[in-house]
Amino acid sequence: MLLNQFLLLSAILFSIGVYGVIVRKNGVLVLMSIELVLNAVNINLIVFSTYWGNSGQVFALFTIAIAAAEVGVGLAIVLLIYRNQRSVDIDELNELKG
Amino acid sequence: MWFFTHVWIIPALMALSFLLILFFGKKMPKKGAEIGIVFVGAAFVLSLLTAGNWIAWSNDNPEGHGPAAEGAALANVDPSCSSVAAEAAAVGDGVEHVDAKSGGGKSGEKHTGKEGAAASATTPLGESAAPGATSAAAAEKGGHEEVVTRPVVSCINWFQNGDQTISIGTLVDGQSVLLLVVVTLISLLVHVFSTDYVHGDRRYTHYFAFLSLFTASMLFFVLSENTLQMIVGWELVGVCSFALIGHWWEEKPNSDAALKAFLTNRVGDIGLLVGVIVLYFAAGKSFSIMDLNILANEGGISHTLLLIGSLCLITAVMSKSGQFILHTWLPDAMAGPTPVSALIHAATMVVAGVYMVARLYPVFFEGLSISGSSVNALSMIGAITALFGALLAFVQKDIKKVLAYSTVSQLGFMITALGVGAWTAALFHLFTHAFFKACLFLGAGSLSHASHHSFNMVDDMGGLRKVMPKTFWTFLVATAALAGVFPLSGFWSKDEILAGTGSFPGTQGANGEYHVMLVMLLLAAFCTAAYMTRTIWYAFYGEYRGHGTPHESGPRITTPLIILASLGAVAGIANLPAAFNFLPEGAQTRFEHYVEPVGLYFPAITHAGFNPLLAVVSVVVGLLGIGLTYLYFFKNAFAGLHDLSERNKIAAFFKNILVNKYYFDWLYTTVIVGFVKGPLARAANWFSANVIDGTVNLVGKTAVGSGNWVYKNVDQKVVDGAVNGAGSSASGLGAMLRLTQTGRIQQYTALFFAAVAILAGVLVVVIG
Repeated sequence: MLLNQFLLLSAILFSIGVYGVIVRKNGVLVLMSIELVLNAVNINLIVFSTYWGNSGQVFALFTIAIAAAEVGVGLAIVLLIYRNQRSVDIDELNELKG
Repeated sequence: MWFFTHVWIIPALMALSFLLILFFGKKMPKKGAEIGIVFVGAAFVLSLLTAGNWIAWSNDNPEGHGPAAEGAALANVDPSCSSVAAEAAAVGDGVEHVDAKSGGGKSGEKHTGKEGAAASATTPLGESAAPGATSAAAAEKGGHEEVVTRPVVSCINWFQNGDQTISIGTLVDGQSVLLLVVVTLISLLVHVFSTDYVHGDRRYTHYFAFLSLFTASMLFFVLSENTLQMIVGWELVGVCSFALIGHWWEEKPNSDAALKAFLTNRVGDIGLLVGVIVLYFAAGKSFSIMDLNILANEGGISHTLLLIGSLCLITAVMSKSGQFILHTWLPDAMAGPTPVSALIHAATMVVAGVYMVARLYPVFFEGLSISGSSVNALSMIGAITALFGALLAFVQKDIKKVLAYSTVSQLGFMITALGVGAWTAALFHLFTHAFFKACLFLGAGSLSHASHHSFNMVDDMGGLRKVMPKTFWTFLVATAALAGVFPLSGFWSKDEILAGTGSFPGTQGANGEYHVMLVMLLLAAFCTAAYMTRTIWYAFYGEYRGHGTPHESGPRITTPLIILASLGAVAGIANLPAAFNFLPEGAQTRFEHYVEPVGLYFPAITHAGFNPLLAVVSVVVGLLGIGLTYLYFFKNAFAGLHDLSERNKIAAFFKNILVNKYYFDWLYTTVIVGFVKGPLARAANWFSANVIDGTVNLVGKTAVGSGNWVYKNVDQKVVDGAVNGAGSSASGLGAMLRLTQTGRIQQYTALFFAAVAILAGVLVVVIG
């Protein structure tokens, strides 16, 4: 069934995104991985909306808008981290260590 | 009737006067004295009216004679104050057999319930009086008048404890009415006297306030309806005497004297308390004087209980009325202002003991078997006091102390009279003694007023006869009355007491034969006459030995003196003997007729007849005392006897004993107080230090030891262990969890997702 493939795609994209968030050292790449996660969710929303009805597409649009904002803020944060530390390696950002 | 049921107004007036003087006295123009005089005057007028009503009431006796009248005697007793009266009322209402209620539970001795109270009234005449006395009593009383006294008792509920109701009220009969008049009259004169005597005193207002309270307390005591109320009045009188004896408390001897009076009285008060409690249970849990007297009179109380009760009460009398061996406070009480001494000695404090015995007379009469015995505790104490007190008066330099010992001695007369069954004679002597002793005390006050506030008649007085004629004549009349010179009042009352001992040959109708008492009283009468003559000599004759110029006192001092001396001279006509047949019947034994109760609540005592020979003997004894002393001092006779004590060792020995007051003070201060302060205190201290402190220390040490053990084992190990364990386990756990806090976001994220994955797995398993 078509739904399964889309969900599978979405799951793969999500997993790739999570993997990227957990593993990548570069802050920019982490942000990009988050985008992957968000878009995996978008695919889910759209698929289910076409399958059950159409209200889910609105949420997808919301998600895209929020993702854009998130990237804006996120990139600004990364830029500031770079300015302060001359690096975007998030392994060095361990000031929360207990 | 109105006067008898509202007699409480009289003490209430004086109590009000006390409060008014205390609160407003200082603002009044006369500093409160006028309030006191107005109120005591009003009280005196009311008392006189009550007395007049009582006389009219006694004359008007509709109930007639015999047993029926005796039953009716309780008609005016409020049933709520007396269970006996309540029973009598129940009988009167037609309840025939009340024995199921009252008599059944008690022993067979109690007759009240069997035939009703009216019929039981015959039993005291038949049983309790001695066989010999009964016929005499019947003969005497049946002769011309058998008037049953109808006491008026009214009361209100004071407080209630369980089913025991304590009432407070008034008992009005001849005896209480007599005391009302005496107390208010003496108090009025003392008030007037005091306005001059303590003029300018720094606690003038306070002094008058306490005079009022003193009078109020005594009136309250006199009108007591039950024994509990009596204790209250008794103690109030004691407190007032304390305050007034210590009026000038700035000087140590005065406050010491006040303390001594108070503490000595405390000794007797214990006796009073125990006696009242014994009698309370003896009378079937009743404080009512009527109940107690009627039961004691009818034989409803066992002899042993009455004996114990009366002996306890005698202790109280010994302290309050200055009887041997608790008399020592009385002479020291002279430290107070002189008018107070007059009040204490004539009307209030010391007669309280005599009054109490007279009020509870059946208890003493039955308890001590007064009728028919020849010696008993009461008469013995009285006779010893009368004689030994009189002897002590010889060696005093202080005129007030002479009078104080004279009072001790005269109170001994009264107590002896009560002890030998001469009830009326005792009360009559109280009555006459009040006048002439008050006159003597106020006279002594007048003397000291003249001679710059010294009471030392040997060193600071003398020759005052010329300058103080009014004081001299009143003092002389009172002295003659005290010495028993015919026909002054003291002669009549003293003669009645002497006759009452029944010992003198030819005396008819006495209650027993008290030979020892007669001898001792005659000796005491001799001494009385002698020491009073000595006092007259030192105070009024010879050369003036004080400093300054003596002068006669003002009218506010001399007027009371004149009134008292006149009363002291003529009061004897109140009780002229029945043997004086030439007098109209209305003039004989009036005092006995109106004052002495007849009826259920009073023993059937008999009255010794007038014995002309005894009267002659007593006058001769008195005149002999006066005459010998007159010759000794005035004519300087018996030259060999002068200053004998300085030459003769035996005389010196006896004088020493007298000067040291038989060593009673020495006994009390050195032996008793010394023992208490010395060995007893040391023993107590040792006991305290070793036994009590040891116990306390042991307890303390045990507590400390167990505390330490608990601290070491329980607190340190268990409690602290638990607390520390909780802390360290938390910190260990924290340290372990700390390892997870790497600060790496990605690690957190990884954990987060791992957790989510696991939860998702669980969710799938559970739901799926």
